[in-house]
Amino acid sequence: MTRRGVFKPIWNGYFEEGTPMKTAQASVIVSEAKQSPFSDCFVSAKVRWRILAMTAFLLLPTPSSFAKPEVIQIKGSDTMVNLGQAWAEEFMKENPEVSIAVTGGGSGTGIAALINGTTNIAQSSRDMKAEEKAEVLKATGKGVKEFLVGIDALAVVVHPGNPVSELSMDQLSDIFTRKITRWNEVGGADEPILVLSRERNSGTHVYFLEQVLRKGNAQGPEEFAPSVLMMPSSQAIVQEVSRSQTAIGYVGLGYVTKKLKPLQVRKTPESPAVAPAIETAQNKTYPISRPLYIYTAGEPEGDEKRFINFVMSGEGQEIVRVMDFVPLQTTEDR
Amino acid sequence: MHSRRIAEFFIEAAIFLAGTLSILFVILIFIFLLKESLSLFETTSLWDFLTGKDWYPISYPPRFGILPLILGSVWVTVGAIAISVPLSVSCAIYIAEVAPRWLRDLLKAGVELLAAIPSVVLGFIGLTALVPLVQGVFHLPTGLTALSGSLMLGFMAVPTIVSITEDALTNVPRSYREGALALGATHWQTIWRVLLPAASPGLVAAVMLGVGRVIGETMAVMMITGNAAQIPSSFLQPVRTMTATIAAEMGEAVRGSDHYFALFSIGIVLFMITFFINLTADFFLHRERQKLS
Repeated sequence: MTRRGVFKPIWNGYFEEGTPMKTAQASVIVSEAKQSPFSDCFVSAKVRWRILAMTAFLLLPTPSSFAKPEVIQIKGSDTMVNLGQAWAEEFMKENPEVSIAVTGGGSGTGIAALINGTTNIAQSSRDMKAEEKAEVLKATGKGVKEFLVGIDALAVVVHPGNPVSELSMDQLSDIFTRKITRWNEVGGADEPILVLSRERNSGTHVYFLEQVLRKGNAQGPEEFAPSVLMMPSSQAIVQEVSRSQTAIGYVGLGYVTKKLKPLQVRKTPESPAVAPAIETAQNKTYPISRPLYIYTAGEPEGDEKRFINFVMSGEGQEIVRVMDFVPLQTTEDR
Repeated sequence: MHSRRIAEFFIEAAIFLAGTLSILFVILIFIFLLKESLSLFETTSLWDFLTGKDWYPISYPPRFGILPLILGSVWVTVGAIAISVPLSVSCAIYIAEVAPRWLRDLLKAGVELLAAIPSVVLGFIGLTALVPLVQGVFHLPTGLTALSGSLMLGFMAVPTIVSITEDALTNVPRSYREGALALGATHWQTIWRVLLPAASPGLVAAVMLGVGRVIGETMAVMMITGNAAQIPSSFLQPVRTMTATIAAEMGEAVRGSDHYFALFSIGIVLFMITFFINLTADFFLHRERQKLS
């Protein structure tokens, strides 16, 4: 039995105007004009235009006059991060059109960022190794420029209740490599020594490893013993040493508080024991003091150059002193 | 005109892509990890990597032995499961079987709330409250030990294990319960001898997923386990886990160095462990459905 007109299924195209259709229940004559492909889409025309407008707006390029000025990135040493922030704040106060962002992560992190190109300036509490300088040259095509910006004395700290007040460099090396394991071997109580260190990404860690454990020989065989606890920050070392009678750790001079006791250190068993302080770090009688560096890839230009000049000026060095680091001696003081 | 056919085709393709995207991501992540980590094995053999006792990645020459790290993760995980499973299963039994309806809803909401606390916040609480407590109670030189890590992680695994176990218990058909009670068993006898064995595949799956959660935890363990890369001989010693090692050292590793590849290799080891744990969990969940249907 034929039916007049054919009810065309919707997937066979569009209905021609005037086609009568018979369905099971009723006859319907399609009287509208041919419909567009999107007319049976489930959003209305108004909504479709809105979506189109929003997409166009998002894809439009942002006018450059609205863009923020270039931010100078400074990354690296956790020891220097507060110092870097103090410098940046003072510099931005005097030069409001400049924007500086300071982050920590460890000296190793800063140097890696310099190699990867994700920072303008790397702060480091240890000097860069030859391989790292070669990596920077390979990755960026520019040689590394090194700026000495301050000195940090590393204090070896113990709990204030610990009877030991002074140790020699050899004894420190043996404690951190665990050749000496009990406090009574160095004049203290008969208790095992709890040794704390910073993590490997820290310049403080690398400096301590090379200068104290390896006694200045960067490639020596000594290592931190596996049982040495690796703390994520200097603050964590401060907290743990102040809580534990048998702990020993090392932090920058700026972190020493009343809750800790810094030890006096002898360079050799015969030399005098010297306490860490600004004067002893400057005249090099305290053996564990290290230079603080700023590194850039290639000669710094523009705002970076002005920032580094600020850092090395009298004003910048005064900030170093205020932040409990050791300022570089100016030519008048020598 | 076939415009509607074309439209149908594109919509179906889009839905298919969305559905398979998650599997695609997992495969791509695996390939990326594998590519980066295989470069390590040109200089260090796989055996030396997995069984070496010295993790000194920045020395000359560097040594990449991750046995202390694997054992650290395993000890912390085993401790966390030992603490968490009795607690969670008891909680789930109480919620599913014993608690009155109003208390059941409250407890379920409470357990979900526990799951919502960020892990770094729990790590911070562990550092300031749990670590000194452990130090005082056990008279240790430091509270930064595997035990503190296990306690905190056990706490974190509770919501996972409770919700799946509770689901497994409520899925046991009423006929089991009714049959046991009809034979004269007490409520506890029903729970202990009938329901728990019947729900056991679900229980195993819950524990496996709890293990997966714990072994991948990074921030909390980094703050409270002490990070000493030694082979642990007791729970009262500091340990270093694989996850904390990656988190602590990745920022510093120079891209393309052996240290960088070694960290990816640790990542692959972690990936494989979690993958097999989840596979086992899925297998047991499947068996549970088969058993009860």
